[in-house]
Amino acid sequence: MNKIHVQSKINGENIEFLCEPRQSLLEVLREDLGFTGSKEGCNDGNCGACSVIMDGTLVDSCLVLAVEIQGKEITTVEGLATVDGLHPLQQKFLENASLQCGICTPGFLVAAKALLDHNSNPTEHEIRHWLAGNLCRCTGYDKIIRAVQEASAVVSKSA
Amino acid sequence: MKNFEYTAPNTLRKAISILADKNGNSRILAGGTDLIVQLRGSRFQAERVVDVKNIPELNELSYGSKKGLTIGAAVPCYRIYQNADCVERYPGLIDSAAIIGGIQIQGRASFGGNVCNSSPSADTIPVLIAYGSKCEIAGPNGKRRVPIEDFCTGPGKNVLQPDELLVSIRIPTIKNASGAHYLRFIPRNEMDIAVVGAGAYVELGNRKRTFKKVRIGLAAVAPTPLFAREASELIVGREVNDATIEAAAEAAKASSKPISDMRGTAEYRTHLVGVMTKRALQGAVKRARGGFVPNAVQEN
Repeated sequence: MNKIHVQSKINGENIEFLCEPRQSLLEVLREDLGFTGSKEGCNDGNCGACSVIMDGTLVDSCLVLAVEIQGKEITTVEGLATVDGLHPLQQKFLENASLQCGICTPGFLVAAKALLDHNSNPTEHEIRHWLAGNLCRCTGYDKIIRAVQEASAVVSKSA
Repeated sequence: MKNFEYTAPNTLRKAISILADKNGNSRILAGGTDLIVQLRGSRFQAERVVDVKNIPELNELSYGSKKGLTIGAAVPCYRIYQNADCVERYPGLIDSAAIIGGIQIQGRASFGGNVCNSSPSADTIPVLIAYGSKCEIAGPNGKRRVPIEDFCTGPGKNVLQPDELLVSIRIPTIKNASGAHYLRFIPRNEMDIAVVGAGAYVELGNRKRTFKKVRIGLAAVAPTPLFAREASELIVGREVNDATIEAAAEAAKASSKPISDMRGTAEYRTHLVGVMTKRALQGAVKRARGGFVPNAVQEN
């Protein structure tokens, strides 16, 4: 099968790659492009560990074909921190110990980033509803919710 | 996942000729939340995957006071709940759109895809039945329209021919003093498949005291999503009260033919049909009378 040439923007940088139609975005991100922050949990859209933002919309990268990102902008967890330091979400996850094994964390961070981009001051109910597509089997969710609430206070103050 | 050819036509005409060409070995890709899982799990093989997201008609989401609402078959759930016409006029659609998977799934999954996947437990179909929707289908011989309740023919099966595709779902204009509601029973708060789902649309008459028009749709209680016709017609003209709603719930139970599986026994599901039908009707009536019934995103 011929490989297909794809041009896209990932974390603000123009990127080109060749892929087979059967390859998921997650597979190409991790194995060909080196963005190993996105994790493979269930590989069928249940766990959210592979969450990325595609043209402003939160998606599971295991359920996107890499060929579909032609002309699109992708944000992975690697795109959250800047030269000035961690994103407030990352900082608050650290301060609240909102992780143990860490496999779900990049997905939660990216999903929470998409939430705050869309609604910088969500209620607890809105945060829980928004994060229902991300599973964590270690810490329970309360510390994660708390971190998102604290990060939202920082983000909405600076906005 | 076995490899396949990928193509993304930008017109309906091209898409139909491509589908006709491989004669059944093409699969249509919209949001991919069912298809990619099925291809990966070898449930389906495809020689060719036809991405329909570049076709303008399949991305249309528009409302007109005469033509009603048009939902292009590839429009993802999040566009439905971000659309002011849907939010204001069709809150029953938001009930569905907000509980299909999580936010990630809603970013990709379409009502059209959910309809074409034709699962008996599909969360979009009962409310589309309740709203009296029609499916607009395009094929080599032109277009045809099929009422949504006649679209599915069995679990995972529908009326589409291999060279046809679903273009859009058409929902009629809603009338004054009308309301709709969809809800499902699941053992968790979010992210699950319906044990039973029920959607209802009502139009009230006589100062909102009687049922003027009723349509009830059910999921996960038969080999296809079901239009509970008898239950719907039974209560037309009757006063809106507990006894009338109870009568509709009993008739809905009689029309369902559930199976027993890991999500519940047939007996349990039949009981739930009564409970869910009652709640769907109560929610629809409340909305028809201007009351507030929260969806999954809203708080009580």
